[in-house]
Amino acid sequence: MTTYIGTATLRVDGRDKVTGAARYAGEYDAPDLAHGSVVTSTIAKGRIRRIDTNEAMKVDGVLVILTHENRPPMADSDKAYEDDVAPEGSPYRPLYDGEIKFNGQPVALVLAEDFETATYAASLVKVDYDEQPHVTDLERQLGNAVALDPPAKPRGDAAKAFATSDIKHQADYSVPIEHHNPMELFASTAVWHDGKLTVYDKTQGVQNVQRYLCGVFETKPDEIRVMSPFMGGGFGSGLRPQYQVVLAVLGARALKRSVRLVLTRQQMYMIGYRPAMIQRIQLGAKPDGTLNAITHDATTMTSQYEDFHRNETTWSGLLYKSEAASYAHSLVRLDLPTACDMRAPSAATGVYALEAAMDELAVALKMDPLELRLKCYSDSDQSTGLPFSSKNLRECYSQGAEAFGWNKRSFEPRSMRDGNDLIGWGMATGIWEALQVPITVRITLTGNGHAEVACATSDIGTGTYTIMAQVAADMLGLPIDNITVKLGDSTLPPSPVEGGSWIAASVSNGIVTTSNAIRDELLKMAQAMPNSALKGALADDVMLTNGSIMSKKNPRSTVMVADAMRHAGIERVTQEKATKFKKGGKHAHNTHSAIFAEVKVDEQLGVIRVTRLVGAVAAGRILNLKTAHSQVMGGMIWGMGMALHEETLVDHRFGRIMNANIAEYHVPVNADVHNIEVIFVDEQDDIVNPMGIKGLGEIGIVGVPAAIANAVYHATGKRVRDLPITLDKLTRDA
Amino acid sequence: MNNFQYSRATDVADALSQIAADASAKFIAGGTNLIDLMKYDVEQPSRLIDISHLPLAKVEETTAGGLRIGALVPNSDLAWHPLVTERYPLLSSAILAGASAQLRNMASTGGNLLQRTRCFYFYDVATPCNKRDPRSGCSAKDGINRINAILGTSDACIATHPSDMCVALAALDAKVHVAGPNGERAIAMVDFHRLPGDTPQRDTNLDPKEIITAIELPAQGFNTHYTYLKIRDRLSYAFALVSVAAALKMDNGTIRDARLALGGVAHKPWRNPEAEAALNGQPPTHDAFARAADIVLHEAKGFGHNTFKIGLARRVITRALTQAANGTPQSQSDKKIA
Repeated sequence: MTTYIGTATLRVDGRDKVTGAARYAGEYDAPDLAHGSVVTSTIAKGRIRRIDTNEAMKVDGVLVILTHENRPPMADSDKAYEDDVAPEGSPYRPLYDGEIKFNGQPVALVLAEDFETATYAASLVKVDYDEQPHVTDLERQLGNAVALDPPAKPRGDAAKAFATSDIKHQADYSVPIEHHNPMELFASTAVWHDGKLTVYDKTQGVQNVQRYLCGVFETKPDEIRVMSPFMGGGFGSGLRPQYQVVLAVLGARALKRSVRLVLTRQQMYMIGYRPAMIQRIQLGAKPDGTLNAITHDATTMTSQYEDFHRNETTWSGLLYKSEAASYAHSLVRLDLPTACDMRAPSAATGVYALEAAMDELAVALKMDPLELRLKCYSDSDQSTGLPFSSKNLRECYSQGAEAFGWNKRSFEPRSMRDGNDLIGWGMATGIWEALQVPITVRITLTGNGHAEVACATSDIGTGTYTIMAQVAADMLGLPIDNITVKLGDSTLPPSPVEGGSWIAASVSNGIVTTSNAIRDELLKMAQAMPNSALKGALADDVMLTNGSIMSKKNPRSTVMVADAMRHAGIERVTQEKATKFKKGGKHAHNTHSAIFAEVKVDEQLGVIRVTRLVGAVAAGRILNLKTAHSQVMGGMIWGMGMALHEETLVDHRFGRIMNANIAEYHVPVNADVHNIEVIFVDEQDDIVNPMGIKGLGEIGIVGVPAAIANAVYHATGKRVRDLPITLDKLTRDA
Repeated sequence: MNNFQYSRATDVADALSQIAADASAKFIAGGTNLIDLMKYDVEQPSRLIDISHLPLAKVEETTAGGLRIGALVPNSDLAWHPLVTERYPLLSSAILAGASAQLRNMASTGGNLLQRTRCFYFYDVATPCNKRDPRSGCSAKDGINRINAILGTSDACIATHPSDMCVALAALDAKVHVAGPNGERAIAMVDFHRLPGDTPQRDTNLDPKEIITAIELPAQGFNTHYTYLKIRDRLSYAFALVSVAAALKMDNGTIRDARLALGGVAHKPWRNPEAEAALNGQPPTHDAFARAADIVLHEAKGFGHNTFKIGLARRVITRALTQAANGTPQSQSDKKIA
């Protein structure tokens, strides 16, 4: 039954994407379309005293300039602004009042007949403020951190176990603010049809945005439809509705016509980000590498109005065998926008700290870093004690090490050299959760062998269209070209936001559920036929294949689907089924990886090149080798960026981000990317879900920053614990 | 971005009369920097005078044995021109170290000289900046100044000039030919860009009513002992933290003519005649290179985040001179540093 599942099937939307036929939120046209441009605040905290729009209004073609003073009505309760994934607090309300909560906050929306006019007029809007003192510096505000509940119960007496350990390591690891920088700009096109709106939005959750807009504008559900058939990268930045969608709808309601609003790259730095954080790790061990104690204390940051946080410390608690463990997490509130999820939120950062610390412990133990991981290997989640439904990390270590040639590593730092270059080899473990969410899938199968699969999920560029078509083709026994996938439309059957690596598992199993309902219905029709070849067959004993219903026991017992439908007097069958996943089972569900990195560092100049990266991943069933490879490789490259390049720079005097563009916010470019090898380790999991799928969205990045940081140490003998590892940090004592 | 008029110049005289008629007009050729600056409202020209059709796109040999490079020769064409790769490989290498292939295809030779600084504060109209808004203050001195200058700074400005090409042109003693209302003149490359002093708003000594017509290279091309070594925060598509153009004329193991120019450290490509003089007559030893570096950096001053550039520049100078002396120039495609 698996013609497509597990193969390197080409993207079904690939042609549309490379030819431009795939349209994105800012590319939809509408009759009489007006264009918006946002004016943003230049102070971090205070109140708007006066907005002078006179000059701007004089520009030919300007339609209206909306501010908190003249905007159409919006809801006035926090509840109305809470989207499905809002953290605790009082959500930001765009153009609601004159209060400034962060630098770069929208203060006016200029609407004009064309984009150029709107942009020019926006530059003429003058805003006066009553400024108040602001705080944006995490390090200086540590004294004002508030404690959060620790993520898991501590075990044993970690402080005592650490204090009495023969070998101890303690250090602080810090990560700066980072931004997602998806290629596609945040954009919304609100198309006006006599009071009702179709909103094309860049989002990872159309139904989340739809519910949110209905709350903010106090409208009936059928008055707003949200569409996002394609997305040029999300990485978590599109999980929550962003302010441009509110402003586009506000503009459409003010003008009673269609409005398009595209944020600038600079404005995209004033929405969500990965929070900066400082993490203290303590590891205590016996001389043989047995861990006695792990403690992990994290301090992260958020806005003044919402307490966004993720559990950085979870991973230290569950990954390695250690009798005692304790965690603490505190949060600093700053005058910046609320932080948000960014690829592998909490794991990219938390596992970086843990795995850099494990490397330092290995050095203290004079032990090979891989051997230390094997010594502490755990077959159960150490926090809960639950066994993993599958965990083939051992094989990741083994296949990754083999591909990399790890056994040729010399232990001492600065012991491998190539001319001016010091060579370093480092490794780290990666881990993420195999999550699943309730989801509903509708399938319509026609007598002529075509099927439409529909679900309000998103394809944020990862290949969801393709895997949905693959699974449906195999389940319905049809060629993939006969499958049409519909997603990214709030009127389709329900799906939560696309994030957390949960959609592949959820929607694939959802397709299985609904396909089985289609099969059951077809079997009944087939059995109603005179002299049916499937008389008496049970549903689980038949499958759909080659346009027929076939007995698995006796493949010659078949009934053509077309014949069954014709006999029943119908042309199509439609089934819509919800799939739920059990929570609180007897197993822990996680994906794992082993990352191996080679760096070459110019000894005098500190220039770092990552010459080899090997990632061996155990993530259950891999649905599509091609899209899976791309996704993991992309994550690994991002991990390189996190290790060496990425850093959002805030000038705390202004509370303002100064490198808000992709020339000065550095991500890896082609020249930085050398050999990257992705290995998928076999991992059968019959427990996690019927399809054995565990998800791949996050795992690619996890572990990579630590593997590279550890390789840099091995090359140079210098430990840089504040990312990114730039050459000035590496040569700062030189 | 503001609304502006657009017109096309038919010849150099027309370009000059158009710019003379409108003090807030700007010439546009490749537009690779100007358009960005307009989008950030840093530049708000009333008119763009398109000079891209002027007949200034030729590379010609001069009677003095050098080259005359038209102001509109695209950076890519110049980098790969056979006369340049053969006789002035330092220039070719410096161009290829900068920007991306797409930008180099668009950018013109003259425009490359007129790039403006990448100082974060210059780009953000919400912050004070003396270069953008004279007498508003310099935010970089006590701000995020990791990319800023360590040499030739003033109280008013610590910005750097971002070009790679200009660093090589300075080392090669190029001349800038310009035309203006009073006729033509030539400006030595080393005098073309200014130090910030108390007028950081003026990047160059080009009069606003003048136009660059050509760059002239002298006969001496240093095509044996040269290198352009650029150190930056990723391996491509980033501005120099420190770059060094080094060129040596060697004679029997002795340096006879040394050229040393630095990028990423000052408001202009930085040359120090004393340091070059100290190399002349010396064998190419590490000690000689280190002495030259010490002379160059003698008066260097850091501002916190960028203080590391002083030590880095010292090491880049000695490495670049070593590469030049050994005849092993830095490759701009293989990112391993020779």
